[in-house]
Amino acid sequence: MIEHLVPRILAKLLIPFILLFGLYVQFHGDFGPGGGFQAGVIFAAGIILYALIYGLDRARSVVTPGLVSFLVALGLLIYAGVGVATMLLGAEFLNYGALDSHDPVHGQHLGILIIEFGVGTTVAAVMITIFYQFAGRLKITRELEADDEDDADEEQVTESPR
Amino acid sequence: MSIGDWEALINVALLGLLLVVTFGIIRLRNLFGVVMLAGIYSLLMAMVFTLLDAVDVAFTEAAVGAGVSTILSLGTLALIDSRREKIPFRFQFTPLLVALVTGGVLLWGMQDMPAVGAADAPNQVHVAPYYIQQTPVDIDVPNIVTAVLASYRGFDTLGEVTVIFTAGIGVMMLLSSMPVIGARRRRRRDDDGPEDDA
Repeated sequence: MIEHLVPRILAKLLIPFILLFGLYVQFHGDFGPGGGFQAGVIFAAGIILYALIYGLDRARSVVTPGLVSFLVALGLLIYAGVGVATMLLGAEFLNYGALDSHDPVHGQHLGILIIEFGVGTTVAAVMITIFYQFAGRLKITRELEADDEDDADEEQVTESPR
Repeated sequence: MSIGDWEALINVALLGLLLVVTFGIIRLRNLFGVVMLAGIYSLLMAMVFTLLDAVDVAFTEAAVGAGVSTILSLGTLALIDSRREKIPFRFQFTPLLVALVTGGVLLWGMQDMPAVGAADAPNQVHVAPYYIQQTPVDIDVPNIVTAVLASYRGFDTLGEVTVIFTAGIGVMMLLSSMPVIGARRRRRRDDDGPEDDA
């Protein structure tokens, strides 16, 4: 955990807005620039910022690695599932028009919203996963080095009286 | 000055900055500095994309190129202990020649390309008019880029998401199953180092 006051307070203030902006980009992709990919990255950046400031352990207890790896698969399954659903409704794979039997345009809106959500979920989860893995290895490496230094110190202590 | 002149001026300034940053990346031997410059390069590219009216691409470049990849590069730097090996700058003739020839060929090839944003460019007269005409009728979302990516080219986007999924799974399998031996080995080498000198 970083002890400096300014980054900690700034992160605490910024993270809710980063996550909110991520959700805005996610669900506003039909109307302006953005979409699932950008939103996923922004959302993951919020979580990564939390992990950088408050430590990997606290981030992992908030967004557990098990949940993240579940979400990695879930997003892709949502996307592909929409395709399967449209096939079951009698249209081609990923032809969202079939999702609404009255108005194909509404079906398109619904389909785009759902698959963008799937894209965002997978992208955010993958970014968080990659960061967790890198940071986790760094943590293990540091701990091992610290252990070795302790061993070295003990050896010196035992050697010095001789 | 008209708006077009200003745009040209901003373009020249941005491309000049890109050139400066590129030479900085080539010359710098400090990997931390290189990662920071690469982030700056991505931000500059995002601005160039904005000027080209490719807002979605600019957004992605800023979020992925300047944001997440900088963090991941820094994470890698922390893992590999970059201060250890200092490779001095050496002038190498062959890579320079290859770069100059490739650049020259690209510039030569650019002579045949249509002007930026020309309405009669081949990519503007093929499927783009169809998308622009049919999006309000078929899909009715204001952002045509989203309509193309998510609906007309939905199958391609599914493939892209699968690529990201595979990348995540790959990193997960590689890094979580590999035993951590680097730390101890590196520490031992440190301990051996001074003895060799003595």
